[in-house]
Amino acid sequence: MSEVNLIFETSRPGRKAYSLPECDVPQKPIGELIDSSYLREKAPELPEVSELDAVRHYTKLSLRNHGVDSGFYPLGSCTMKYNPKVNEAVARLDGFINCHPYQPESMVQGNLEVMYTLDRLLSEISGMDQVSLQPAAGAHGELAGLMIIKAYHENRGEGNRDKIIVPDSAHGTNPASAAVAGFEVIEVKSDDRGCVDLEHLKEVMNEEVAGLMLTNPNTLGLFETEIVEIAKIVHDKGGLLYYDGANMNAIMGIARPGDMGFDVIHFNLHKTFSTPHGGGGPGSGPVGVKESLIPFLPVPVVCKKDDTYYLDFDRPLSIGRIKSFYGNFNVTIKALAYIFTMGEEGLKKVSESAVLNANYIAQKLKDVYLLPYDKICMHECVLSGYRQKANGVSTLDIAKRLLDFGYHPPTVYFPLIVSEALMIEPTECESKETLDEFINTMRTIAEEAESNPDIVKTAPHNTVVSRLDEALAARKPVLKWKKE
Amino acid sequence: MNVPSNLLFSKTHEWVRIEENIAYLGLTDFAQDKLGQIVFVDLPELNQEIKEKEQVAEVESVKAVAEFFSPVSGKVVKVNEDLLDSPEQINENPYDSWFVAVELSDQSELENLLNPQKYEALLMEEEENH
Repeated sequence: MSEVNLIFETSRPGRKAYSLPECDVPQKPIGELIDSSYLREKAPELPEVSELDAVRHYTKLSLRNHGVDSGFYPLGSCTMKYNPKVNEAVARLDGFINCHPYQPESMVQGNLEVMYTLDRLLSEISGMDQVSLQPAAGAHGELAGLMIIKAYHENRGEGNRDKIIVPDSAHGTNPASAAVAGFEVIEVKSDDRGCVDLEHLKEVMNEEVAGLMLTNPNTLGLFETEIVEIAKIVHDKGGLLYYDGANMNAIMGIARPGDMGFDVIHFNLHKTFSTPHGGGGPGSGPVGVKESLIPFLPVPVVCKKDDTYYLDFDRPLSIGRIKSFYGNFNVTIKALAYIFTMGEEGLKKVSESAVLNANYIAQKLKDVYLLPYDKICMHECVLSGYRQKANGVSTLDIAKRLLDFGYHPPTVYFPLIVSEALMIEPTECESKETLDEFINTMRTIAEEAESNPDIVKTAPHNTVVSRLDEALAARKPVLKWKKE
Repeated sequence: MNVPSNLLFSKTHEWVRIEENIAYLGLTDFAQDKLGQIVFVDLPELNQEIKEKEQVAEVESVKAVAEFFSPVSGKVVKVNEDLLDSPEQINENPYDSWFVAVELSDQSELENLLNPQKYEALLMEEEENH
């Protein structure tokens, strides 16, 4: 594939892709309609191209994308599962796309029913009592959840709790969200099983701590088997438990965060519930809570009285509105479509297959790649490129070499507690044949790391561009086109 | 991994070079190798009072952000501002790329640091545990 020019470079003065009919209403100079202080002096320098040039330009760019629809995408911790097309058809129904958020409640009963029903179903799946669909994505859900925890403590006269405990294996968003919510972050260590170190947790848990954020299964893909004990340690000192729903794909229909002792959870609909993840999604990160926290949920809350749905704004303890209107409503429709399509048994099978696939990959690769925590994993496995490092081949090189074979690489160098980490999440969607092909490719690369390390170290070779200078891109980023 | 014989080391992979009452602080070869290409560094300010084991700088690579803990207490008397513009120096010459020079307020803290032999032993241990 050849280089693609910028659309600005294709531009020629006066070329255009439209022709408007003669104006059939009286015209006035714009200066008479709008105060001159609001008018620009020079026309904006927009690209001027023909329709065909514009279409070709964006078609070429789109062909360079890699998505689940074009190939295997085992990006750990991201659950890049297939987004069923039926979801799109449902979300495009007239009643959904041709309504306005300011329409009176009586005219949008169907839309309110969608939100109410999804709240009920997500509550059921997670063992929570009520869910707000407002947060725009995962980290926004975390922030909302932490604000709820803060409001809860303040309402009990314990607003002095200004610390949040986060494991050293946590997603980076956890400490970031806690900091944004005004908490100080305390790190709790993992033990040699890769789970929360209970003794260390007991040491750091006290009356200044508002709560613990935990992902279960954790980022090593391991189930925190001592979760009941963890919950007790935190609850006994008056803290709350926050569940990061990033890894929910491992436990649907099998275990529920609410039953494990969690008080607050966020879901990533764009992971677990098959709504689009790439291309800006947009995401959707509903936040769910146990009964004692319901008064603090963001407003408005969709409620039902007799057979009528309505938006309840009269909630004095609420953390307030955290998103315009009702969250990414159109995305939540797709999640509801997915849940209805799969059904109870189907969702359970999703998690079973996701876990089976991850373990299959781990077992088929552990003789060539180091498996630092060699036990049954959940929906993802964490291997290490540590052995390959002896030949000067790093995990980054392995990831780049995978591009040559048409794969999106797994997550690399995360979790931070595994050196040269390769975090592979195949999801339930892939066939055994796809997994076998990927396994063979990973074995080929391990062989190359021995016999011909240079081919791995200089990869990728078959892509549009070769290895990019990531350091230069970070140090001196060129973020926009400038006219010479 | 390069471990110069004239330096002291912390368990968190900072090095210390002593010149009379002044300590030059930097990041070890092992640490820069683990981090990979370094793209940003954030340094403490001149005259800032810093404490032993306190986070005083931040190093960002293409892979991760790492905290830099001061191995000693004292007042910052020099800041290597060259690193702000070209943090890649830390990768290229970790032991010439000092972050700050600190006027020591407590010489006895140096006893808490590792000599080169002990630091090398620590690196062996870390390699085994990976």
